[in-house]
Amino acid sequence: MSEHESTYVPKTGVEKWLDTRLPIIRFGADYLSLPTPKNLNYWYTFGGILALCLVIQIVTGIVLAMHYTPNTEMAFASVERIMRDVNGGWLIRFVHANGASMFFLAVYIHMLRGLYYGSYKAPREMIWILGCVIFFLMIATAFLGYVLPWGQMSYWGAEVITNLIGAIPVIGEPVLIWLRGGPAIDNATLNRFFSLHYLLPFVIFGVVVLHLWALHTSGQNNPVGILIPKERTAKDMVPFHPYFTVKDGFAIILFLMLFSLFVFFMPDALGHADNYIPANPLQTPAHIVPEWYMLPFYAILRAIPDKFGGVVAMFGSIGVLFILPWLDTSKVRSMRYRPTMRTFFLIFVFVGVGLGWCGGQLPDAQVVPGMPSFNLIDGQLNSYLWLTRLFTAYYFAFFFIILPLVGLKETPLPIPLSISEPVLTGPDAMAHAVPAQAEKKG
Amino acid sequence: MTLSFRKTLLAIAAVAGLSVAASPALAAEGGHHLKDGGFSFEGPFGTFDQGQLQRGYKVYREVCASCHSMNLMHFRTLGERNGPFYDPGAANPAENRFVKALAAEAQVADIDNETGEAVMRPGIAADKFPAPYPNHTAAAAANGGAAPPDLSVMAKARHGGANYIYSLLTGYDTPPAGLRMTSTQHYNAYMAGDLTPFMPAGAEVPPGGFIAMPPPLANGQVTYDDGTTASVDQMAKDVSAYIAWASEPHAIERKQAGIGVLAFLAIFAGITYASYRRIWKGVAH
Amino acid sequence: MAESVVNENGGGDDATRRDFIHIAAGAAAVGAGVMVAWPLINQMNPAADTLALSTIEFDVGKVQEGQQVVITWQGKPVFVRNRTAAEIAHAKADDNAGDLKEPQTDAERTKPGHENFLVVIGSCTHLGCIPTFGAGDFGGWFCPCHGSHYDVAGRIRKGPAPKNLVVPDYEYLAGTNIKIG
Repeated sequence: MSEHESTYVPKTGVEKWLDTRLPIIRFGADYLSLPTPKNLNYWYTFGGILALCLVIQIVTGIVLAMHYTPNTEMAFASVERIMRDVNGGWLIRFVHANGASMFFLAVYIHMLRGLYYGSYKAPREMIWILGCVIFFLMIATAFLGYVLPWGQMSYWGAEVITNLIGAIPVIGEPVLIWLRGGPAIDNATLNRFFSLHYLLPFVIFGVVVLHLWALHTSGQNNPVGILIPKERTAKDMVPFHPYFTVKDGFAIILFLMLFSLFVFFMPDALGHADNYIPANPLQTPAHIVPEWYMLPFYAILRAIPDKFGGVVAMFGSIGVLFILPWLDTSKVRSMRYRPTMRTFFLIFVFVGVGLGWCGGQLPDAQVVPGMPSFNLIDGQLNSYLWLTRLFTAYYFAFFFIILPLVGLKETPLPIPLSISEPVLTGPDAMAHAVPAQAEKKG
Repeated sequence: MTLSFRKTLLAIAAVAGLSVAASPALAAEGGHHLKDGGFSFEGPFGTFDQGQLQRGYKVYREVCASCHSMNLMHFRTLGERNGPFYDPGAANPAENRFVKALAAEAQVADIDNETGEAVMRPGIAADKFPAPYPNHTAAAAANGGAAPPDLSVMAKARHGGANYIYSLLTGYDTPPAGLRMTSTQHYNAYMAGDLTPFMPAGAEVPPGGFIAMPPPLANGQVTYDDGTTASVDQMAKDVSAYIAWASEPHAIERKQAGIGVLAFLAIFAGITYASYRRIWKGVAH
Repeated sequence: MAESVVNENGGGDDATRRDFIHIAAGAAAVGAGVMVAWPLINQMNPAADTLALSTIEFDVGKVQEGQQVVITWQGKPVFVRNRTAAEIAHAKADDNAGDLKEPQTDAERTKPGHENFLVVIGSCTHLGCIPTFGAGDFGGWFCPCHGSHYDVAGRIRKGPAPKNLVVPDYEYLAGTNIKIG
């Protein structure tokens, strides 16, 4: 798998027997003893947190499926039965619902970490691409899952998003009917959404296995962004266990505290009150909004005036992530040493949050209340619609213009020779600093 | 240590950011500040006032239940811990004598065991609350086209929860001069809506909207068994608290479990952090 | 492999790595695991709506003499049989019969003051089929699946069933009302 040689020695008779037939203990022991860069900071704990989130969602989901009924007449009532009558059902339901939000919070931080430290750059492109696949599957799973309680937002969110399929030219309409199982969203739709919602997490699990396999093949990146050569393993690496098992464990406990704050004290804060109204196909809610983690993409969808154009832009905003490794021209991985790019990155984070904020607003609403609109273009520049367009422009510019250009033009800071150096001699004393171009491509 | 500090900041920022992103836009719908019902169950340490819940149940049963169903409520739920008729002496909520008596007061549809024809019989603890109308269409037809919504989870189905319900029930202010309304509409300062089209051009638009339900409460309408004066304000508070409880009967259990869980996690975090420091001692990183 | 990075013994302490703090952290993790596992296991226990139907009340006065009414309790059929005087006499006469696999007197299977009513679970103790009323050699019930014969007191007299029809826990409330369960 990687350059790490197995140091496991089977001791007991059972271990020896197993080792020659199914070396599963060797596999586990090698995993735990894997040399890991010693300078990984807390941003690197989110991988472990995400693994926990996936397990939590699958376990609570399977339990909920023991009590849930995927039929339009009974779905809403079956969820309330879980909340009221099933032993501890309220806890399992709230963990699953808030767990989805926590899952996305962690995945966004995990992805931003990857962006900042250049973890998507060679030789780690496959880790990044598999991660994008997982992200896309997560969005699909969350969308399907939100329909299941069959509240107003469940129904109308499904209505809006599936209608987007209808916007695809030529094949859109027949595909839409095929997807829904009928002319409108009804029992056929709910039943199949339940089946697919149950399936996809196991597909995610499989892709996560591939994601970790790719990680162990290329080796773990680190905040300095340099490849750690074999001869420096002893000085610069520590075994994964116990150093990073305990660090991941500590981070997980803090994460669970945030999770518990939501589950036990504000369980409905991240949801929408309208989803406690049973679905009514004859009455549209005042504002149809998806869950918060989909808001940036929802904003991009509404920013484009053309319906199909909006669909392309929305899927494009996720699709652009897949080609990221080839958009960035910089030879330096970590933005610690790319101060220009770091500024653009921080703006990107702000724009991402901003897009999310805009997604939750009415497009016509005024950004700065009371300020008169400039008589430019359509006199509506003080609206969230135009703010969203501004943010969307930056979002795509970041990938297609800024990343390629800045990589070519910027002067990065000197990169340390090894990851131990900044620790021992301080980040300013770059006595042995090498210019960026000398770094060998792995 | 900077890293933990940053992590804490991150957590706080995440909570703040998520809460802010989750709140709805204050649209031009008359975002009127809700009245404060002074409810005992608000906050992480809140509990329900059992007396208030009992009074609220009486208001629901005698006033609201003639039009509003609570299809997801069963009589036995009234006897659960933290509920209006919880009795620690009862073996389980279904054997609670108050619950059985209240259930028996209601008539429930059933079929005859031998002939199979539809009959009405006194309720038992295991029964659902009977609905005033057999279906949605009948409910709408009997109420001028607007079906009275089910109240089972109403405190969670509206922003503001119990305070919203309380404000709405006491929010039938005198409509401002010039407001055009029909006889089937009633002005309510807390109802969602935009009254701009119904006011003369240029006039100040009042907050709130039209609601099809006429003011449901009147002073002295219900006689409370504990002697509390049944003013409109009191009844509105009591029934709002009852609806809040019915919307999530396990709310108090949830909060109390949360305190225990967070306390445990805080200690666990401390122990694990000490373990972490011990393991990493001497490793420059 | 990690020697040069890590200082052994963390600076002059005892040589063992089994520090108390690591054991404490491990123990807390196990505790957390149990706290997590319990709700996941307990949710499969009967829910509140199932438990509420674990007892039912029934007015046996509805059963005519010589007839039986079948009611459902906890998902199973329950026979409520109002026996005639002749049937009761027959049952009592057999109280000490030699072919009783599970010897029980008729009085043991009814409540004092209400000897004419027999309440049994209508599930054959062999493999669970529902016995037919009034059939069989003993006038009680006959199970068509494998030919078990029960008498008017619900006792197994002939056939493969090992035990008498089960009398559930029940008691008389006011008048002719019984509470089962």
